[in-house]
Amino acid sequence: MALSLDDVRRIAHLARIGIDEAEAQAALAQLNDVFGLIAEMQAVDTGGVEPMSHALDVVQRLREDAVTETDQHALFQSIAPHVENGLYLVPKVIE
Amino acid sequence: MDNATISSLSAELAARKLSSVELTGHFLSRIKALNAKYNCFVTLDEERSLAQARAADARRSAGSGQPLTGIPIAQKDIFCAAGWRTTCGSRMLSNFVSPYDAHVVAQLDAAGAVNLGKTNMDEFAMGSSSETSYYGPVRNPWDVHTVPGGSSGGSAAAVAARLAPGATGTDTGGSIRQPAAMTGICGLKPTYGVVSRYGMIAFASSLDQAGPMARTAEDLALLMTTMAGYDARDSTSLERERENYARELGKPLAGLRIGLPKEFIAEGASADVVKAVEAAVAELGRLGCTTVEVSLPNMRLAVPVYYVLAPAEASSNLARYDGARYGYRAPEYADLADMYKKTRSQGFGAEVKRRILIGTYVLSHGYYDAYYIQAQRVRRLIARDFAEVFERCDVIMGPTSPTTAFRIGEKMGDPVQMYLNDIYTTPANLAGLPGLSIPCGFDAKGLPVGLQIIGNYFAEARMLNVAHQYQRATDWHTRTPPGVE
Repeated sequence: MALSLDDVRRIAHLARIGIDEAEAQAALAQLNDVFGLIAEMQAVDTGGVEPMSHALDVVQRLREDAVTETDQHALFQSIAPHVENGLYLVPKVIE
Repeated sequence: MDNATISSLSAELAARKLSSVELTGHFLSRIKALNAKYNCFVTLDEERSLAQARAADARRSAGSGQPLTGIPIAQKDIFCAAGWRTTCGSRMLSNFVSPYDAHVVAQLDAAGAVNLGKTNMDEFAMGSSSETSYYGPVRNPWDVHTVPGGSSGGSAAAVAARLAPGATGTDTGGSIRQPAAMTGICGLKPTYGVVSRYGMIAFASSLDQAGPMARTAEDLALLMTTMAGYDARDSTSLERERENYARELGKPLAGLRIGLPKEFIAEGASADVVKAVEAAVAELGRLGCTTVEVSLPNMRLAVPVYYVLAPAEASSNLARYDGARYGYRAPEYADLADMYKKTRSQGFGAEVKRRILIGTYVLSHGYYDAYYIQAQRVRRLIARDFAEVFERCDVIMGPTSPTTAFRIGEKMGDPVQMYLNDIYTTPANLAGLPGLSIPCGFDAKGLPVGLQIIGNYFAEARMLNVAHQYQRATDWHTRTPPGVE
């Protein structure tokens, strides 16, 4: 099954990656090559096989519900693109 | 000093015949003289490195030195190090100075090792040639027109060119082992969960694992003993007793059963690579090992499965780069959505964008079962193949990479050809098994060939001894690239 140019534009939008027509055309050809490679896996009969999401069968650890982090916002915001009064600034979202 | 192993440098530091300031200064000088040729370091901070060296010397003087105290180690630029620019090979993090240390960095620091600088790599570790870096391609010291492999190509080239005695790497689909093979050095990808991923910039979290790169198996054992260990900050870190990874070194190999998967040779390895690997297995036979032919029937599916799962996890992990809190932000934008799109379009390179698009697609509505869940089912089949094989042998051996180093630019236009480099390395990541690459010869062009040793879960110490015994009987690991003495 081949992807269409519309598929490429749709997934680029979902991934929030700006893409122009020339990039979409180039991506289409290369993605279809990659999905050609992936197709081999799709043909395998995996009836009754449990999906393996992780290398080892371990369960998530739980910990006490206690504060473990200290306030470091000044340090962390010192590398932010745009900060004011301890807030990360982005373009206005609600008019 | 250039060719000395970490073990021998450690002995000299302990005997006070050498200071860490001298040693660190020596490697910094070599880097400054030769980095333009190989492009293996992206960030140096001489003052910081030398301050660590002085502290290490003081610690040695006070009698509280450990084996790695004063040893300069190059850090792959995927590891966050407090106060160091940490780019992960990307424009997206070109201005990111980490506010904290990765667990691996903190462990090495606590042992008194010196951070020699940050090494170049494929952007976000996505690549098999170290060509996708925003900071330009790394060059292979054996032939500067060829790639050093990837993604830990900067670390590999630095160790091969004797710009560092050891380095850290990370391996999601072969990124320690394959560059180690292509540059004639040694690299270990541990069992998943043995080394903490905390502060290691995430690519594919169910596969990512950090490990050491050096010139001998003995040095890998030294580094690994410090790098490994439980860390509560990584939810997949395993709660196990600390190990001395050098504890098996010196044991005879008599009776060791080597499994030789027929698929490792059948799936397109070049003749020179096959010849070198067969000679290495024959040498191990003379050391008392026996061989048995085994089969990993689903191995050919590892690359297709990997290129579904790794991009799927990457598309999720890399969603954090939005230009809002740290890293690159596009200079001009109309609104918030436009800020995200322009930031990500400009901040990521072509290969990273390609993998995010693949991952987004396989996780999208209507395709999730057909791609992502199917890939997870086949992943289990691959892991089962290994479990069956390890009932008949102790270690598996074969090539690390189907070919030796290829020319810079040769595969950049063809992602599928690039991805097929990973055919022998991705199976161990998918199963979570430890894998090791050591030099075992050269091709007709004089480029190094790597022997891959895959062990069962937690068999690192035993695998390192297999490599160590091989290195006692051979001298491939002592060969130096042209112009490096």
